[in-house]
Amino acid sequence: MTAAAEPVRALRDAALAALIAFGLFAPLVGLRTDVGSDGALMLRGRWDDVAWLCGIAFAGRFAMLMLAGRLHAPAAPPWLARPWQQAQPYLPRGFLALAVLLPALPFIERYELDLGILVLTYVMLGWGLNIVVGLAGLLDLGYVAFYAVGAYAYALLATEFGLSFWICLPLAGILAAFWGVLLGFPVLRLRGDYLAIVTLAFGEIIRVVLLNWVSLTGGPNGISGIPRPGLFGLSFAADADNSFAEFFGLEYDPIHRVIFLYYLILALALLTNWVTLRLRRQPLGRAWEALREDEIACRALGINVTITKLTAFAIGAGFAGFAGAFFATRQAFISPESFTFIESAIILAIVVLGGMGSQLGVAIAALLLIGGTELFRGLAEWRMLIFGAAMVVIMLVRPRGLVGTRTPSTLLHGAPR
Amino acid sequence: MAYALQQLINGVSLGMIYGLIALGYTMVYGIIGMINFAHGDVFMVGAFISLITMLLLGLGGGAAGPGALLLVLLAAMAATALYGYTVERVAYRPLRGSFRLAPLISAIGMSILLQNYVQVAQGARSKPIEAPVPGGITLMESAGFTVQLSYVQILIVVLTLAVLAGFTVLVTRTPLGRAMRACEQDRKMAALLGIDTDRVISLTFIIGAALAAVAGCLYLLRYGVIDFYIGFLAGVKAFTAAVLGGIGSLPGAVLGGLLIGLIETFWSAYFSAQYKDVAAFGILILTLIFMPTGLLGRTEVEKV
Repeated sequence: MTAAAEPVRALRDAALAALIAFGLFAPLVGLRTDVGSDGALMLRGRWDDVAWLCGIAFAGRFAMLMLAGRLHAPAAPPWLARPWQQAQPYLPRGFLALAVLLPALPFIERYELDLGILVLTYVMLGWGLNIVVGLAGLLDLGYVAFYAVGAYAYALLATEFGLSFWICLPLAGILAAFWGVLLGFPVLRLRGDYLAIVTLAFGEIIRVVLLNWVSLTGGPNGISGIPRPGLFGLSFAADADNSFAEFFGLEYDPIHRVIFLYYLILALALLTNWVTLRLRRQPLGRAWEALREDEIACRALGINVTITKLTAFAIGAGFAGFAGAFFATRQAFISPESFTFIESAIILAIVVLGGMGSQLGVAIAALLLIGGTELFRGLAEWRMLIFGAAMVVIMLVRPRGLVGTRTPSTLLHGAPR
Repeated sequence: MAYALQQLINGVSLGMIYGLIALGYTMVYGIIGMINFAHGDVFMVGAFISLITMLLLGLGGGAAGPGALLLVLLAAMAATALYGYTVERVAYRPLRGSFRLAPLISAIGMSILLQNYVQVAQGARSKPIEAPVPGGITLMESAGFTVQLSYVQILIVVLTLAVLAGFTVLVTRTPLGRAMRACEQDRKMAALLGIDTDRVISLTFIIGAALAAVAGCLYLLRYGVIDFYIGFLAGVKAFTAAVLGGIGSLPGAVLGGLLIGLIETFWSAYFSAQYKDVAAFGILILTLIFMPTGLLGRTEVEKV
């Protein structure tokens, strides 16, 4: 359609868009309900905001129609395409080097490191969910449940039995994997959207139980005073006998613990990545990908669909358990608040935005989404609004994700052409 | 006995609300095969628009006449229908024919967007009003327990039945309803036969949103307090109702809604109110595992 030739039509369309925008925003934006001085609700008009929104809708729609067909080259310009293609194989290494060297960079302070830890936690969760969604094609909207299981497992084992982080970490992973199988069994027959809703329900059940089983989990108050991990028996506390700083003859500095936690989550994330990459070359990984493409063909070829699905759930959940244990030890406090549906949605958004199945894409997406929303922290309640809008817009613009091209699991003759 | 009767009344009126929302899920799923994740939030928008219209008409503090309530209902239906239309037009239509998960992700994004939009525009605090339809009938009194049938509950049942009757006529007797059923059976074939499927899908979203607005308005009248987060739980439960009744089946959605409402009410009355959501979600999981086609659903033959 060459809409550019028909400005009159475009104007009419834009006017219609503005009219619809007025209908949408007049009640909800134009009239704000507030509790008045007498305790009853009252309305406050905000018609200038509505006018702005209608103007934006008009201009946006008009620009969209007028520019349609003219602006369809957002892809890399030709002079950039070749270097970009050549640089692509080195990108993961570049990111890795940056991640490893981050604490040593001169401008990196406490805040940046904390942000790095947060981003890496989501990278790890994204990679873990990628096994379930990206590789096996099982849409899981309750992934946060396993994260919660891992976190509560560590918190309870550490506070009730005094077990150390390094013993609890594998236990948390195993426990989460066990729950993954437990969820996996009943939902084996479901597919697609149904699976999504059941996993969502499962995630909510776990959260409601955590919230109401007060004698075990502390209910809404959560669990506090979760012990911090040490490095081979060396503590990072200021007044410990056997402290890290003393052993290496350093001045005590709280940043040591932050750097340690940073490398800990980096190692955990890389472990997730390594296992995923290895598994993809194994028969199991190939079975996952085959399952994603066509379940019926899989059955016909004699792949055990039950085992394949359950391992995907279990391994994905296990990594969420690791991440949960790390989360608990970093925060030293957990409550059901941290494990709401929105977390699952964020992790899923990371996986889908990254281009399902692409390890690099997931890492970039986590950096963009988590780092990006961090930039908007000052906007408080606008943050999630922008997040939701971004999710829709990205799906519209790039439904296949940022890194849509997936590296093939196998190549003929074992080498790229 | 009296206690059980009271729970029955409460359960039916709650179930009617779920049924109205569930219809929106089941219609959209029937026609384009996607879970409209944002539908629960459209219901929430409907409740908010009802609230604002009520305040606009000065109905915030006490009893209201039937004419004014009808006006509120119609305004909420119209404005919410516009939301339903816009959501489909902006977030789903461009993704038709895209890969399987794209519309679902877009719908989740839309749900987050709507929730936070209402939070930003109207504030995070919950909005209480004084009941516009106060009072009720005392049905019986036994052993110090009175069974109350409030006027709101009568209104919910009567209005829902009226809306459902109109809706049934629309689907079974009108050209639009025929087009909708044709699209549901085979969208490509319907398009080949000259049905403007995009228009039919738009209208499906509009009707679904209008029904959700009725539910939102009734919810506000019944409970008297709303906030921006009510859509999530109500949405998941209504979806459960749609699945329980057999997704794609319109009478099934209402039946499922009634069952979910009754189960939830009786569960909180006799077992534990804290775990009532677990009961609803548990039913969802059990239904999908043991009876994936629901009570009134069709079995789908899987083709390669």
